[in-house]
Amino acid sequence: MKIACLSGKGGAGKTFAAVNLAAVAGECCYVDCDVEEPNGRLFLKPEGLETLPVSSLLPGFDPGLCTGCKKCVDFCRFHALVYVKGKPMVFSEVCHSCGGCYLVCPTGAVREEPRTIGMLELGRHGDVSVITGVLDPGEASGIPLIREAVKRAKGLSILDCPPGSACPVMESAMDADYCLLVAEPTAFGLHNFKMVYELASLLGKECGVLINKQDAPYGPLEDFCREAGLPILERIPFDREAAECIAAGEIAAEKLPRYRELFTRLLEKIGGGL
Amino acid sequence: MKIALPLDEDRLSVCPVLARAPYFLFSAGGEESIEENPAAQAQGGAGMQAAQFLVDRGVTVLITPRCGENAAEVFKAAGMEIFKSANKAAADDLAAYMEGKLEALNHFHGGFHGIR
Repeated sequence: MKIACLSGKGGAGKTFAAVNLAAVAGECCYVDCDVEEPNGRLFLKPEGLETLPVSSLLPGFDPGLCTGCKKCVDFCRFHALVYVKGKPMVFSEVCHSCGGCYLVCPTGAVREEPRTIGMLELGRHGDVSVITGVLDPGEASGIPLIREAVKRAKGLSILDCPPGSACPVMESAMDADYCLLVAEPTAFGLHNFKMVYELASLLGKECGVLINKQDAPYGPLEDFCREAGLPILERIPFDREAAECIAAGEIAAEKLPRYRELFTRLLEKIGGGL
Repeated sequence: MKIALPLDEDRLSVCPVLARAPYFLFSAGGEESIEENPAAQAQGGAGMQAAQFLVDRGVTVLITPRCGENAAEVFKAAGMEIFKSANKAAADDLAAYMEGKLEALNHFHGGFHGIR
């Protein structure tokens, strides 16, 4: 079973939830899909690290075979190809590696060349297999890296997704069996929460809500969840001790019994590992 | 020599953006023509699409208020000269270019991604 931790807004507590869920789940995988700034490893401190380079495909052209028909240029909906002075130019940061140019070329002048964009870091934290996607600085798209990271998730897996509700989030949550939506009870938090809920609904995912950093229930969020039929699974209050754990790079569920209980309960409600 | 300028909706003023300008004005051998910009409504990659359009039209001189890095790379590969627009009306820019009063554009911006 794959559980995706999502939140429209950054800083809502995705990594806090994902790391703590992994810590109480026993034998499981924790996958950091937030490849632009993976930080679950700061808490899980994986040991026995090995790294694997990950590449994406970029078109290359054989000038001897290219007839200048521009079928590839016309096909590319991202406009990553421009035909100038008898040869195609590629804008790698615009290319989505769809392979379309390779398929439409009538003379076989296009080949796909791998280009390293980052790495997977594999290690262990006790029973938890920690998979971290790390995108190279300056790379525009981490999608192939997220795809490789999620592919390695076996058994009960907690997917720590990127913030927002755009392509990288969709890629991270696409194969999930359950979406845990981490909500911040503020107007801004609710706005972005609605966006990520819309995405999870479009993907046809079963969802539940974890409200984090709550001082008092936030009416509009409560109303939205009730009207959407979204179960609020747990609520985490503002808590100095939890904040101190996070600041020290420690896992609340390993230090504070009430968090071990809360996340164990949460996992049971989601149905993971049962 | 073929000159191109991005044109605004009124088909007279220079458009402040290049890749998503609604029209292009072409001037060659004293003859002027206006064509719609196929990249104006592009979801993404407007810079490259507009650049391809101008390259395909055989433009050798581009006059524009601004130009993105990606499009500039295409123009450079095509050997196109780029000058900075200094007038509101496209006709005034054309006249200024003919009199050698326009300066080369040598600052190219990162993407605006459709935000003006």
